[in-house]
Amino acid sequence: MSVIEVSHLTKFYGKSRGIVDVSFNVEEGEIFGFIGPNGAGKSTTIRLLLSLIHPTSGTGKVFGLDVTKHGPEIRRSIGYLPSEVFYYEGMKVIDLLKYSASFYEGNFTERMKYLSELMELEMNRRISDLSFGNKKKVGIVQGLLHNPKLLFLDEPTSGLDPLMQRKFFDLIREENKRGVTVFFSSHILGEVQRLCNRVGIIREGSMVEISDIRSLQQNNYKKISVTASGLTPEFFDTPGVTNVQTENGSVNFFFKGDINAMVQKVSSLKLDDVTIEEPTLEEIFMHYYE
Amino acid sequence: MDKMIFKHEFLIRIKSVITWSLSVSALLFVFFSFFSVFADQAEMMNQMLEKFPKELLIAFGMNNMNYHTVLGYISFYFLFIQLLLAIQAGNYGFGLVSIEETEMTADFLLTRPVSRAKILTSKLMAALASMLLTDIFMWISMFTAISIFSEGKDYDMATLLLLLFSVILFQLFFFSVGLMVSLLVKRVRSVTPYSLGLAFGSYVLSAFSGVFGDVKLEYITPFKHFEPAYIVNNRALNTPLVLINVVITVIALVAGYWLYLHRDIHAVS
Repeated sequence: MSVIEVSHLTKFYGKSRGIVDVSFNVEEGEIFGFIGPNGAGKSTTIRLLLSLIHPTSGTGKVFGLDVTKHGPEIRRSIGYLPSEVFYYEGMKVIDLLKYSASFYEGNFTERMKYLSELMELEMNRRISDLSFGNKKKVGIVQGLLHNPKLLFLDEPTSGLDPLMQRKFFDLIREENKRGVTVFFSSHILGEVQRLCNRVGIIREGSMVEISDIRSLQQNNYKKISVTASGLTPEFFDTPGVTNVQTENGSVNFFFKGDINAMVQKVSSLKLDDVTIEEPTLEEIFMHYYE
Repeated sequence: MDKMIFKHEFLIRIKSVITWSLSVSALLFVFFSFFSVFADQAEMMNQMLEKFPKELLIAFGMNNMNYHTVLGYISFYFLFIQLLLAIQAGNYGFGLVSIEETEMTADFLLTRPVSRAKILTSKLMAALASMLLTDIFMWISMFTAISIFSEGKDYDMATLLLLLFSVILFQLFFFSVGLMVSLLVKRVRSVTPYSLGLAFGSYVLSAFSGVFGDVKLEYITPFKHFEPAYIVNNRALNTPLVLINVVITVIALVAGYWLYLHRDIHAVS
């Protein structure tokens, strides 16, 4: 079952672009990575799905319900962690969490205790006295408190130290094991690689690729580095070769296509060295952005 | 209405309500403490006022005044209480939604499982309760001041009550117009300049409306709709003008709801 169904979703802020004709689905129980640089439209997409902003055209559905019509119903089962966390400055952490919990049905006292101890959150401090990282922790606890079925994480790790990041990832994995679907937006590929099953890559407001994270790495591109005497980059000027670079006498490039043809081509050379490896997600990603 | 939002909104404003209530009451007491001076020397006062240009007196609403009667004296300074209440109501109206956006807490509130209409209604009710609390404080202060300073002079209770209750509609105007304007502009950075502008702007319009005589500025300013001197002298509200006031208020509220329901809440940038 699809938890999120986005179909030709478009948002313009006046004349400036938010996102254009974005379509994708997120299945129940998966961790979907949403990658793109700042300004690509990641937050716009999330804010549309939370009905914080209204679409120019297209539709978004969460739990099978249209986000423009059934916002309150949908949000009952959604947890949201924004990239920058802002809460009522005068409130204490505990009061804010209680206020947040009061909007949902159920008793969350135990869970509040569990989550805040896990994230090492000081409950009696004022929001205004908290550092950026500590505010983020409040955001994490607040976002997970009411046992949401779907989590929107928008650049969730900024401001967290590495130890907390790891705890946070463990927590997300644990939630995911319980069946929680996660929509994870980030521009840091390493963390997406660590956590996600599938990724969507967004660029200048449009979805450029949606793929299984393994197939993205394995099936698509090989990173090839060839060192041979008298070799010029022009030698590899054939279809399927991109990103040709010369570095310390060796030629590096990405190759997508019949690997046999490439091996034959390389074997015609008098080689000093050759390596064929999987590109990192980072490199694949850079590739999309050229 | 959502009880939790109402409670949260009400508590957030409670300090401000206390401050405004005390200021209004202080002003009321200070003015009233001079009543005996005015009452004793009404003749001298009238002679003095005759020497002022008529336009100036009209501008300050000081023509046709009976300073030696309780209600006459109240109608003379009630304008200043209205001015304070207008600023307060404007503050609450302009800030009702915009403060959440400047302090970035709108994201939190609007991702709760509550519809925007319900959020706005809860906020609105909390603000109205805050204003009503200020009014109750002002009403109590007024009767206390009368009992202390009026020297047992008689006054018409019905007229006084009419004047005192008229502030509710008066405040609603500034509140709802403030709310609507705050949703029309892209971002309200600070509430106070807006509310001061609206309150003093309306007051100045009302003052000039008197000076130029023919110009019909009284249609758009609540200071004319609820002119204390008119209420006291006629022992009634100026019905057509009050109706105009109510119509503007309702339009502003409806527009406010529509704008809020269709508003894009932009990300932090």
